[in-house]
Amino acid sequence: MESTAQNLFELAVTVNGTRYERTVEPRMLLSDFLRHELDLTGTHVGCEHGVCGACSVLMDGRPVRSCLMFAVQANGHEITTVEGLGTIDNLHPVQKSFQEAHGLQCGFCTPGILTTVVAFLEENPDPSEEEIREAISGNLCRCTGYQHIVDAVQLAAEKMK
Amino acid sequence: MEKKLIGKRIPRNEDPRLLTGQAQFVDDVNLPGMLHAAFLRSEYAHARLVSLDVSKARQHPGVVAVYTAEDMGKDWFPGPPLVSPPPTVEDVVFHSRRQVPLVKDKIRHAGEAVAVVIAENRYIAEDAAELIEVEYESLPVIMNIEKALEADSPLVHDDLDSNLAAQLSQKKGDYEAALKEADVVIRRRIVIERGAAAAMENRGVIAQWDAKGEALTVWDTTQAPIPIRNGLAARLGLSESQVRVIAPYIGGGFGPKIMMFYPEEMLIPWLAMKLNRPIKWIEDRRENFYATTQERGQVHDVEIALTRDGKVLGLKDNFLHDTGAYDPYGLTIPINTQCHVMGGYDIKNFTSEFKVVFTNKIIVTPVRGAGRPQGIFIIERMMDFAAKELGIDPVEIRKRNLIQPNAFPYEHGIIDQAFAPLILDSGNYPAVLQKTLDAIGYEKFIKEEQPRLRKEGKYVGIGVVPFIETTGIGPYEGARVTVEASGKVNVATGIGTQGQGHFTSFAQIVAEQIGVKVTDVRIVTGDTSEFHWGTGTFASRGAVVAGSAIHAASSMVRKKIFTLASKILETPEEELELEDGAVRVADMPQRFISLGELALLANPLRGAVEPGTEPGLESTAYYGPRYGPTAFGAHAMILELDPDTMMVKVRRYVVTEDCGTVLNPLILEGQVHGGVSMGLGNSYYEQLHYDENGQLLNASFADYLLVGATEMPNIEVHHVETLSPLNELGVKGAGEAGAIPVPAVFAQAVENALSDREFEINEMPLSPNRLFELVKS
Repeated sequence: MESTAQNLFELAVTVNGTRYERTVEPRMLLSDFLRHELDLTGTHVGCEHGVCGACSVLMDGRPVRSCLMFAVQANGHEITTVEGLGTIDNLHPVQKSFQEAHGLQCGFCTPGILTTVVAFLEENPDPSEEEIREAISGNLCRCTGYQHIVDAVQLAAEKMK
Repeated sequence: MEKKLIGKRIPRNEDPRLLTGQAQFVDDVNLPGMLHAAFLRSEYAHARLVSLDVSKARQHPGVVAVYTAEDMGKDWFPGPPLVSPPPTVEDVVFHSRRQVPLVKDKIRHAGEAVAVVIAENRYIAEDAAELIEVEYESLPVIMNIEKALEADSPLVHDDLDSNLAAQLSQKKGDYEAALKEADVVIRRRIVIERGAAAAMENRGVIAQWDAKGEALTVWDTTQAPIPIRNGLAARLGLSESQVRVIAPYIGGGFGPKIMMFYPEEMLIPWLAMKLNRPIKWIEDRRENFYATTQERGQVHDVEIALTRDGKVLGLKDNFLHDTGAYDPYGLTIPINTQCHVMGGYDIKNFTSEFKVVFTNKIIVTPVRGAGRPQGIFIIERMMDFAAKELGIDPVEIRKRNLIQPNAFPYEHGIIDQAFAPLILDSGNYPAVLQKTLDAIGYEKFIKEEQPRLRKEGKYVGIGVVPFIETTGIGPYEGARVTVEASGKVNVATGIGTQGQGHFTSFAQIVAEQIGVKVTDVRIVTGDTSEFHWGTGTFASRGAVVAGSAIHAASSMVRKKIFTLASKILETPEEELELEDGAVRVADMPQRFISLGELALLANPLRGAVEPGTEPGLESTAYYGPRYGPTAFGAHAMILELDPDTMMVKVRRYVVTEDCGTVLNPLILEGQVHGGVSMGLGNSYYEQLHYDENGQLLNASFADYLLVGATEMPNIEVHHVETLSPLNELGVKGAGEAGAIPVPAVFAQAVENALSDREFEINEMPLSPNRLFELVKS
């Protein structure tokens, strides 16, 4: 990367509770940084132009599109990716609900939907179906037709009451 | 045997990995010393490649290599061979023109790759690709399939006399005689345009050549890892056993991930061997629009002959099919269209001729539905037009023509996409339609709700469409089922998986036979080192073909378990029970042996083995059908339409699906929901807009509209189970079903909502703008 002779940038960011310090090119996308520098490959890249929402992560608790941000813009911030929500043996209630309601098929868009939904349910713990559909309207899913995703979010809201 | 696990709503085994970001997709593979590829793609749709100067790109810091067609030397050649050869029927025309790894002389569609850059990272590779200087000589662009066949049309392939790629006629009965007897003949021209498959994961290929071990490993987002392995071995001069292709978790397939081969699928492994470094290429979304295959473009001239009381006497459907710049997938799609254009109806006289046409558009291969939605759209539109002309209720005219339950197996006397006879194996079509009508409340809607809502100024309409789906075609799939010393079961099969729930539905089939928990069955798909016979996941065949092979292997293992347990427990087999991971003597539950112990005894370290014995509790089995089972279903929709803006709200959506034995209703419902969402896209949101120069005007998710959560209605799914006699499980495929009838239902519902306006829908997809034009004109 030195070979490109660009200015490099010292970056310090907390991801899923761990602080990382790295030297990056200013143009490196946050999505590429998470996936390729930190090996947090749970965050997926579906369009790289901010529409599909697969790459959504939480920055200081709010959903952002990691493909529309440079890694350096996350300097000093806290990022949560899907790996930070729960583990295979200890799923987050939202993750558990997605399994129970069959809210995923190929699972590629799922990490971005999970982060979006976790933030949404914190803001609105008892949402209507319409509010859920609105909340995930910025996340594209080609497999499910969204119905089981909506069911999963309703189920998660129940569980988290 | 009463089924304990098959048919149950069991949550999926694969979900915890997918939900925690621990499932490995192709782009997640990261190898030491890995290089990254970026392609330079033609901006022209039709042009001669005059010159290509890659010197600046080669000098760019961080660039390892740049390759053009010339640089490939004798390794440059088109291909490899077709997915399927043309059928050996009379008078078939087929000109095979296969895609090339990199363009050498002439560009045939925008997005064709002309050079590839290999660099230390993707950013550098893309920078360098921009430094390549290309001189093109633009040529007249062929976009319209009708004009493409005119005598003075420019040619996509200069060595052919015309842009005709293929031609095939199929007939049953005597259409001309039927025409003479008809009271009414209705003719229409119907046009269907292209959409994208738009899997959320773009394509990707990673290749690693181990020079000392002489082994090539390829991670590929393919739906068909075994054919890719075989093709790569042949092309690269390796033994098949030296090539391992892994299709790990795949982020949606929907058809285009089984296009053998994409140029990148050949080039990346070739380059990895050439440069002796691992190489990764991941498609970006714009490339996905320009370099991944698409489907649906057809123009139909259709004619239907009926009696006065609505009985169809005959159908004639001649159509053009757009294959784009090359035709690597043979005749699969147009033959599927031919096989679905009679729908689920008893039509005795049929004639159909299609012409496949080359254009300067992106290559066409199957997208979920694969020619079936076009066939169903045509016949169902014609049924609607006939109903209107004859003054018969649209549901009634369908009822009068449906194939009756006593008519199965119903032989059509034409061939299907696998060149097998088109035989509808089983079904109860009237029952499925009736269940759908009852669920949506058809009579009540027509008689009460619609008039009431119309008085309130609301434009609501209903559509009801029955459809068939040919599924589960051959040639075959296989599986190996092994009970391991842990007492858990490992299953390997050759097909790939792209979200269909195979890790669970297949586990249910195994667990049913072997008496273990569904979570104790590990399924391995898509790794040629685990199982290397098979074809792939396509044509709604996973559950039917691989599922049947898994069922057969499981049954054989079950027999082995009983034979060995009988010997060890000194009890006749018929007195044994297999349940909860152990074999028990009936009525003596304390006398048992666990499957793990049995597996150990079946694979002893010492001791004499009887001649003819196979070690282990393991079996391999294959299943290949003579022809595939045909599923049936009906969809009904009530929509509300704003006649000023033509914005549509789907108020209700009902599906009745008869795909034989339901393995897991939860998974099946998910498949149906997803199919309907793609079908709604194909109806009103998704259309690939090309300009006259062959440029895609909406090659991004900002401009190409996928259906979102706010557009999708809730779907009520009902089941009828007419078991297929063609396989022991009684299953029929369901993967594509959801998408197939939606445009036909949508068109009927829109016309019904606006029944006071004079217009007709003879095209798909529509959009609010286009519908506005149609209604106002």
